[in-house]
Amino acid sequence: MISTSIKQLLIVMLVVFLLAVLPFSVAEAAEGVQVTVPELSSSDYPVIAGVNSRVAVWLAAQLHLWFAAFVLAVPIFVFIIESIGVWTRDQRYDEMAFEFIKVSITAYSLTAILGGLLAFSLFIFYPQLMTYLTGVFSESMFYYALLFFAESVTLYVYYYGWHWLQGGDKKWIHLTLGLLLNAVGTLLMLLANAWLTFMMSPNGVDTAGTFTGDTWGAIHNFLWNPINLHRVVANVAFGGSVVGAYAAFKFLSASGEDERAHYDWMGYNANFIAITALLPLPFAGYYLTAEIYEYSQQMGITLMGGVFAWLFIIQAVLIGTLFIAANYYLWCGMGRSEGAHRYYPYIKYIAFVIVASFLVWFTPHTLVLTNEELKALGGPYHKYLGPLGIMPAKNTAVNLMILFTAVSFLIYRRSNKLPTVSWVQTGNALQIALFVAGIANILILGIYYGYFTNTVYKVAASIPQVLTTLVVIVISTVIDSFLYKGAEEVAPLRWGRVPDRSQYALFLLAVAFTWLMGLMGYIRSGIRQHWHVTDVFRDNSVDAFTPTLGYAANVVSIGVVIFMAMVVFVFWISQVSSKKSYPEGYWKTA
Amino acid sequence: MQKIPKLLQVVLIVVGVYFGFVLLFDFILGQVIPSSLLNMYMFFIVAGVLAVYTATEDGTRELVAPIKSLVEDPSKKKTRNIVFAVTPVAVALFVYLQLVPSLEAPLELRSIHPAPPSTVKIYGKRFDLRTLVNPYRKLEEEDPEEFRAMVEAGASIYIQNCHFCHGDKLDGQGPYAAGLNPVPLNFQDVGTIAQLQESFLFWRIATGGPGLPDEAAPWISSMPVWQEFLTEEEIWQVILYLYDYTGRRPRSWEE
Repeated sequence: MISTSIKQLLIVMLVVFLLAVLPFSVAEAAEGVQVTVPELSSSDYPVIAGVNSRVAVWLAAQLHLWFAAFVLAVPIFVFIIESIGVWTRDQRYDEMAFEFIKVSITAYSLTAILGGLLAFSLFIFYPQLMTYLTGVFSESMFYYALLFFAESVTLYVYYYGWHWLQGGDKKWIHLTLGLLLNAVGTLLMLLANAWLTFMMSPNGVDTAGTFTGDTWGAIHNFLWNPINLHRVVANVAFGGSVVGAYAAFKFLSASGEDERAHYDWMGYNANFIAITALLPLPFAGYYLTAEIYEYSQQMGITLMGGVFAWLFIIQAVLIGTLFIAANYYLWCGMGRSEGAHRYYPYIKYIAFVIVASFLVWFTPHTLVLTNEELKALGGPYHKYLGPLGIMPAKNTAVNLMILFTAVSFLIYRRSNKLPTVSWVQTGNALQIALFVAGIANILILGIYYGYFTNTVYKVAASIPQVLTTLVVIVISTVIDSFLYKGAEEVAPLRWGRVPDRSQYALFLLAVAFTWLMGLMGYIRSGIRQHWHVTDVFRDNSVDAFTPTLGYAANVVSIGVVIFMAMVVFVFWISQVSSKKSYPEGYWKTA
Repeated sequence: MQKIPKLLQVVLIVVGVYFGFVLLFDFILGQVIPSSLLNMYMFFIVAGVLAVYTATEDGTRELVAPIKSLVEDPSKKKTRNIVFAVTPVAVALFVYLQLVPSLEAPLELRSIHPAPPSTVKIYGKRFDLRTLVNPYRKLEEEDPEEFRAMVEAGASIYIQNCHFCHGDKLDGQGPYAAGLNPVPLNFQDVGTIAQLQESFLFWRIATGGPGLPDEAAPWISSMPVWQEFLTEEEIWQVILYLYDYTGRRPRSWEE
């Protein structure tokens, strides 16, 4: 028999589902709408209380996006962790999943507040642009607002019903709610992505920007799917890093051994999530950039070779930092095991390859030279370092970094295990052969096809490089899992026995991810240059120029500081919520 | 043999790598390593080395032991006082030397990749650079003989007009090159024309330095506006020659 409360819940879910599917009727509803592009002058942009409208919108949008990315990502891996708990019947997973979603609840209201701030800022400072965009996307914007009800209801039932919906069918209902929450959240993101990608690569409008009535066309513009893919993967990596920072925060402030062990385990899992999502991220980024180039060579060159190129060097440095920090965390984590000493000697070789690849990864194509160096080189071109500045070198380097991060994972997994199968040597030889062949293939593809063939092969070679990396990781993981099936433990893993500095690596990951998102987000938006909507709606405000790199980096950095302060608040408040005080003599006794 | 203390190992590795780079680039390869890049390299090499040495508890203890003993050991009072006095002075001196104004011109963050506009006006006509192709490229397959004639015409135009700066080997080492800063583009370099579409070259040759976009200015280019000296056909022929001589293929999206 289904209880009344479950029936009520099912009705709520049905309503939520109906709300979620409503946006699909948008394309039909918008037929016949005429929206034209206005010609603006600087006086059409309101100046209010001396506020710099660009910076106000920039910071509001960036802060909203950071929180939105976090609250959209957390339910994705909470759902996965909860499913693992159901599959393994290990309650620790269920508890961890609950703790993760708990952190995102406070962040959820901050997301909504910042979303409101962003919307108001846009309507106040850029009314004509918003009139145009709401004209094009009117229905989808309305449904976006409605979807928030669906998102909120599902999230609240999912979170507050966590301990109620436990066991048997109830757990399945809870899992379904998690799935629904993710579906609604993803839909929300896809809609918002459509607006910003429309501004980059407008569709559904004629050459003068007049809306043709094709809302679906406007949504499904050229860069929509590349951004969708990139954002989903990046959100998970970012969300994982933020909850990793939460675990580190709790670990460092833990009072007992049990608490330290719990948050160490939580931090390890969060890092695992962040890194698993980080591994395919360079490929998603490469796909997005290739699509930007294909949409507009001008945009592509402005992005990576022109005015924004130097920010890409900072991006490269931050991504390398992520890889070093993630590997360092794994190496420190090997200290939890008594058997790790067998693998310590390999760390230096892994570090060597990762650092060497990293140096190649961030070597710029255009070098910053002093006059003396310029004279000594006879010009700005460096015979040996110049070739490291182009994509084949970068692709080769990043594939090697990813492969060796996977090696760190493998040795971490092995550090506490003793294989019992008879084919240990064959298995190890197979894995070594696999890695050697993979590395050779990546090098050949990068060097031969990257430098000695034409650009069609050069660009195309990046795909087999990626596939090689993925195949090596998947097959070696499969071999490893068979090799260590039924393996003995050297000793029980000592969760909590990690140095505090490893926790700072988790903080570093979160800060680097945040900064990276801010910088790359600015570039993505900045490549429109003096256009509100590329090639159709000109920005004629006083801010219709590309700010200097230093100025942009400062604005982004201030945003990072504000975001981090708010995140610390979220961590603190979630800690406070579980504390109870019993003031003596305050309450009347019965 | 006594084991080298870990702190000394770290110092030796870092110093060794630094001078290794200088030796390799400045002396063996004969191409100096830019100090800005070397500083960035060294920062992450130090980070990598420290990551390896502090990955284990024992390693960390051994690494910081000399520093700890310097700070805590009463018998090392004299050395400690010297280190505590010298270190801030050394840091201050380093900061001073970094910040003191010099007569050297500031570093230039020059971008060498101008982004092409979507459309451009050349010879009084508007060209769409997104769809523009070299009209003679198709001859390569359709009429190889005619194609060779086009390339040879391009070669003589190049020698008459371009080689003074870009060099007879297309390596940017023409007789006038030494007088120019920045030096003319080296077409043999894998990072130049091999990365570009022919429409891009057409735009750059036809409109020259003055036709460069406003973004990331100043460009400091002495490239002439060749549409004032060459015909449209001649520019396309020169482009054929550039790719033919260097053995590079123009960038294209598909084949």
